[in-house]
Amino acid sequence: MESTITTNVATRKRKPSMSLRQGLSVLLLLALLLLIFWLGGKKHFGLRQYAQLIMDGLRAGAIYALIALGLVTIYNVTNVINFAQGAFVMLGAMITADLFAHQLLPFAPAVNLFAAAVFAILFTTAVGLFIERVVIAPVRDASPLTLIIITVGVYIVIQGLALLYWGTGALKLPAFSTFFTEATRDKVYRPFGVIIKGQSLWIWTTTALVMAVLYWFFNFTIYGKAFQASAINRTAARLMGISPSKMSLLAFVVAAAVGAVAGIVLAPVTSPTYDMGLKLGLKGFVAAIMGGLVSAPAAVIGGLLLGVVENVAAGVTKSGLKDIFAFIILILVLLYRPQGILSKAKETEKV
Amino acid sequence: MKFIASHRNLWGLLALTSFILFAGWFEITHPEGFSSLTGGIFTFDALVRIGILTIVVVGLNLLMGYTGQASLGQAAFYGMGAYFSAIFTARASVVGIPDTIANSWWWPWLLIPAGMLITGFFAYLVGRPILRLKGHYLAMATLGLGIVVVILFRENFGISAKVLSLTGGSDGIPGIPRLRIGTYELWPVTRYYFLVWAMALLSIILSLNIVNSRVGRALRAIHSSDLAAEVIGVNTAEFKTRVFVLSAIMGSLAGSLYAHFQAAVSPPTFGFVASLDLVIMAAMGGMASVWGAPFGVAAFFLIRELLRARMHLVVEGASGEYEVIAFGLILILLMIFAPDGVVFGVRNTLHRLRHKPLSDS
Amino acid sequence: MPTPILEFDHVTKTFAGLTALHQVSGQVWPRQIKAIIGPNGAGKTTLFNLITGIYELTAGDIRFMGQSLVGLRPNEIAALGITRTFQNIKLFQHMTVLENVLVGAHTRTHTGFLAAALRLPRARREEQEVIAQGMALLNKVGIAHRAYDDATELPFGLQRKLEIARALASQPRLLLLDEPAAGLNSTETQDLVDLIRQIRDEGVTIVLVEHDMEMVMDVADEVLVLDYGEVIADAPPEAVQQDERVITAYLGVD
Repeated sequence: MESTITTNVATRKRKPSMSLRQGLSVLLLLALLLLIFWLGGKKHFGLRQYAQLIMDGLRAGAIYALIALGLVTIYNVTNVINFAQGAFVMLGAMITADLFAHQLLPFAPAVNLFAAAVFAILFTTAVGLFIERVVIAPVRDASPLTLIIITVGVYIVIQGLALLYWGTGALKLPAFSTFFTEATRDKVYRPFGVIIKGQSLWIWTTTALVMAVLYWFFNFTIYGKAFQASAINRTAARLMGISPSKMSLLAFVVAAAVGAVAGIVLAPVTSPTYDMGLKLGLKGFVAAIMGGLVSAPAAVIGGLLLGVVENVAAGVTKSGLKDIFAFIILILVLLYRPQGILSKAKETEKV
Repeated sequence: MKFIASHRNLWGLLALTSFILFAGWFEITHPEGFSSLTGGIFTFDALVRIGILTIVVVGLNLLMGYTGQASLGQAAFYGMGAYFSAIFTARASVVGIPDTIANSWWWPWLLIPAGMLITGFFAYLVGRPILRLKGHYLAMATLGLGIVVVILFRENFGISAKVLSLTGGSDGIPGIPRLRIGTYELWPVTRYYFLVWAMALLSIILSLNIVNSRVGRALRAIHSSDLAAEVIGVNTAEFKTRVFVLSAIMGSLAGSLYAHFQAAVSPPTFGFVASLDLVIMAAMGGMASVWGAPFGVAAFFLIRELLRARMHLVVEGASGEYEVIAFGLILILLMIFAPDGVVFGVRNTLHRLRHKPLSDS
Repeated sequence: MPTPILEFDHVTKTFAGLTALHQVSGQVWPRQIKAIIGPNGAGKTTLFNLITGIYELTAGDIRFMGQSLVGLRPNEIAALGITRTFQNIKLFQHMTVLENVLVGAHTRTHTGFLAAALRLPRARREEQEVIAQGMALLNKVGIAHRAYDDATELPFGLQRKLEIARALASQPRLLLLDEPAAGLNSTETQDLVDLIRQIRDEGVTIVLVEHDMEMVMDVADEVLVLDYGEVIADAPPEAVQQDERVITAYLGVD
């Protein structure tokens, strides 16, 4: 008797079963792949072209991953979507490029670059610290909408100050490989005819290093562990004597530093400008959302995937449409997999 | 007075209408008078722009202020109205509209409600799923939506070079005709001014009526607690979608008015920065306040023009750069100290003092 | 035999593998005052959330006047005639006392966007009617004198009453009260008991979750006792007070 009731209810449920949904997703993915190959076919793309698109996408994706890491770090302990994350990237890139151009130290260019980068990271971190103390801390319990608009305001202010200081012109930073060779242009590798710039290797290596450092920090240091605890359960963490205020500060410091690093390695391939942060911050957000907004490794995968997908999609259609793909992905993920593309849905208590 | 829900609003309406009529009369009788009166900082054109944007911000207030649903892409709807009017007038031959129709005086007028209808329909299609999202997820989805729409304007929908002339890419569409009634042209700007403000007043009146009604109460209930509203019987999904559609329709109306005012449209006017500006205007006027809209927009223009005109006296050689910083700071301060809006707080206090219902008739 | 107004049929709810309610069955009869009691975490509020459609059932069925509520959204359930109050009062902020009650009348009124914007005659008529009814209701619960105050500025006891008035404004057949006496002093509680009786006498069936045992035994016709998500007793107050399992559950003795 009881079992019949149970099955009754089960069949009355509106959602299709998991296997049906998975089947549909697989079919949809196949259809999209076919569409890409069909569009690429019209442009006579071969395997090499696709490999090139993927490689370039992975480079952009690594940057998105770094930005997403910063966003996730802040979101985990403060529930703030930090719109100003892109501003950290811009500051890292602009300060490094500006200082390097002046060659302030009487040493080799490589030393100057290193010094400029360190200063840029420290300065950006200080900015992150300042923002957290002055505008985020006073309104920690405000509504998500209020918080998001505040960080939008912060972004506007930082970008405005950058415009005042640097103007609208683009700065330049040589590719890092030129500091170690006689060449004036970046090294280029051509495995199987696919072009990979030296700077791409720098970007990938840096991303991997940052991830390793963060992993070590969050899992093997007292502060990192406290941070993790705070992210999992803020109330419980507070009862254990972990100050949410300190953790929030730590989150902004880490995010600012990671953002600055992303800007520094990105600078040689983009010619940084005062307004570069907006789009990068938004793309980082898309990557973070793809990863479910709370998981750092998932955010990195989200970033790389976003970079590849938007680059391939733009490659087979039109380069001006690149951003459209990113934001369509954003909307689709928000609607259909708000928990991220990797994790399973879960029901939580609402009242 | 039966057409408006609350007598107190009537005085506000009378005051605003008198000011509009006076400013219009003054400009007609003293050409360039408005500009010289404000030391050249504020031109009469600005009053028209304020009227146009008031319509958008009133809609945004209903959506964001009253219902509590974020939109960081509202300028896209403004753009849809503008581009709709622009394409079917200035690009009529490309779309295949016969000259006799395209050149008739009533054609642009017909396009305004048509644009509102299409924009509203679009908003319904995307709003239905998107408004299931809450908080920053909704904010980000609307932001994404706004960006996608503007890229479509710029990239000519990416179809082919043949339709390149449809939206004009980054250059946009020039040569949009002025509105006229028969042979009476609604131009110079003093004539157009009255049309714009008539529409703005109309949208203020209709919105005030909505706010002080069953619908408005349901919207405010959703803002306060989505769950409590639903449990008391409010179909929250439906109401959210409808207010989203309404705000889009108002945006589209304003967009059409803008296209015929500016005589040209281009993508940046409707981009992400424009959407942010709209949010700043709404916040300055007080989000949950229909009355806040005209004041918020006016304050935004006033501060911007003042900064542009006078900043060089404070910092040598400075011009427009400071305005963004100032607006960023204003936005932060408003959100920290008065997240519910300045006007809303004041109104609530006044209203308590008077002991009068918001919904008297 | 008459049909129960509300019937739980092997109601089961699990959260991420944890069972909050297990095979809960029971009936509420028309014009009854039924209390649901149990220690903290017994699943009382979860049951309310299932009835009002906030949660989805894991298994089982809940029927209202013979009709299954499974798959219905909270607003649809409200329209059928079930409204509730919340344990942690959820009044609408930035709205007056009267406006809160008017939202309660939402399901009985029909003015839409267009009619409201244009203030059509029928919208005006409906508004007048609903305001008159709202004021009458506020009179009944004794807060009409504060009709134009901000709802969230009322003292706690009056907020509870306002929440009940708001729920009544929809003219429900079934009213769910989630810990209505929490935070009230003894005079206020007595007031509340009188009000609950009055509401029942006007034909509304009442289900209440409550911790105040004295009040429950005073007001309830029947008491359903939950412990760890299972029904351990369902009987009139006198019988429940004698029940071995109930005493054990409350005193925590093995």
